[in-house]
Amino acid sequence: MPVIKTENLTKIYKGTVKALDNFSIGIEEGEIFGLLGPNGAGKTTTIKILATLLDPSSGKATVNGFDVATHPSKVRESIGIVFQEPSTDELLTGYENLKLHALMYGIPGSETEKRISDALELVELVDRKKDIVKTYSGGMRRRLEIARGLLHRPKVMFLDEPTLGLDPRGRDTMWNYVERLVKERDMTILLTTHYMEEADKLADRICIIDRGKAVAIDTPAKLKKVIGGDLVTIKAPLADIDAIKRLKFVKSIEHKDGAILITMDDAASNLQELLKRTGKVKCVEVRSPTLDDVFLRYTGRGLEQAEGGLFDKIIQESANKA
Amino acid sequence: MRYRSNTLVGIYAVWWREFIVFLRETPRAVSAIISPIIWLVVFGAGLGGSVSIPGTDYQSFIFAGILVQTFLFSSLFYGAYLVWDKKVDLLKAILVSPLSRRAIFIGKVLGGVTISLINTIIVLVIGFFLGINLTPTAAILTFLAVAFASIGLTAMGLMVGSMMESPEGFQLLSTLVLFPMFFMSGALFPISNLSGPLATIASVNPVTYIVDILRGILTGTSYFGLMHSALALLIFTAVAMAAGMFAFERMKS
Repeated sequence: MPVIKTENLTKIYKGTVKALDNFSIGIEEGEIFGLLGPNGAGKTTTIKILATLLDPSSGKATVNGFDVATHPSKVRESIGIVFQEPSTDELLTGYENLKLHALMYGIPGSETEKRISDALELVELVDRKKDIVKTYSGGMRRRLEIARGLLHRPKVMFLDEPTLGLDPRGRDTMWNYVERLVKERDMTILLTTHYMEEADKLADRICIIDRGKAVAIDTPAKLKKVIGGDLVTIKAPLADIDAIKRLKFVKSIEHKDGAILITMDDAASNLQELLKRTGKVKCVEVRSPTLDDVFLRYTGRGLEQAEGGLFDKIIQESANKA
Repeated sequence: MRYRSNTLVGIYAVWWREFIVFLRETPRAVSAIISPIIWLVVFGAGLGGSVSIPGTDYQSFIFAGILVQTFLFSSLFYGAYLVWDKKVDLLKAILVSPLSRRAIFIGKVLGGVTISLINTIIVLVIGFFLGINLTPTAAILTFLAVAFASIGLTAMGLMVGSMMESPEGFQLLSTLVLFPMFFMSGALFPISNLSGPLATIASVNPVTYIVDILRGILTGTSYFGLMHSALALLIFTAVAMAAGMFAFERMKS
């Protein structure tokens, strides 16, 4: 039985904006499940509903077997959350933040100290525990939130954009922690991100979410297989397109901005063969498909393009008004 | 049973957080000491020279008013400060815990009451140096009255904080609500000086009764009579608690 399950979850803001549109997913115990999509795709709305902070307009969601609508406090006991915006108390010390959390979750006093020191150790904040959180860096705050989320030993951990705003080093450290969590604590993790790299590296399965809809759900490898091969971009003005098309290993071919985009099997072995048919080549780029390509395939837009969506809309709207 | 004890621990947790934060924010403590001194010494002694109140000197007269001022402002702002917690997402972490909203609300109110009582001690000590002496009974009654008043005022602040969307309304809150409530309460002058609509406003203003009770306890002269004012205070506290809890439980997160 899935630990997290949503059925036709729909959320409509202010009667018009559809943040979630018949969204259905099932997350199995012990997996890292990634929600990948641009800003505004409905990722945070999903987390908020699953965390009982927001009521869905329609549809059903269960966490650890409890319905979010009918058993919110059972759901809350089952989950830990690392929010997108830091929600640790910056006027308290790291230790006090954890202590407060332990009290709120009714952790027995006899166990509190041990759990706090374990959690602090895991996120390597032991030597800073007596400092006020105001003095912590962004990465340290995020780590403290993880420690806090672990304290009551939840079944499920929600990580909402856990590396947003972190520098590359902070991001690496964070990825490390997340992987350790699953290994050492045997947890189920729901991760939202708009970094395809992050989803690719961490998630066992990914749900591509766009405009509130679950567009595709699978392992990163299988999702990338959808693209059907390696991607080769060639600038060759004299190329014989039809000859290229006839090659066995070529899956698809298209023209874009004066370049030829070819999807083909095993580019490493077959590139030579391809280049024989293209005549003089100005430049060649060979790469493996990324989740960005997958996103493009399913939604017709690249992830970054989709990010710009809202901005484009605003520009368009003001243009319409003028 | 397990759940019930957790609720109590949870209330304690919320209160504990508020208390630590209060201790840590030194500017708040400093202003709690400086502000009443300025009012009592400068205003009380300065203006008092040209004002005569039957039966007492002006400084003793406004002492209860200044005491009320310190916790009126701190309680209401403390409650309304909730909107700030909402903005910086601090509240989300608390709301997502298994604690009921009611427990969180009660913990917050107790936090506000604690701060008011600490402020009261400070003002009473200042009063002692200015020659305002208290019997032990009067001191106990003062603390009781302050506790009840500040339960109501904090709950009212939390109600406002629950309904406010952004902290920008703070200025408006103090101009439109706090200052009128303070000035129309008889804190600085006898309300018998007021007439017409102003007198009506004063008579429905809960702060009027809070000032009256404390003045009754501290100087022995109460305008409405202690029992009458105490009843008005109890009604206010009950209504504010109910309304505050209602708003807090329905607050969007």
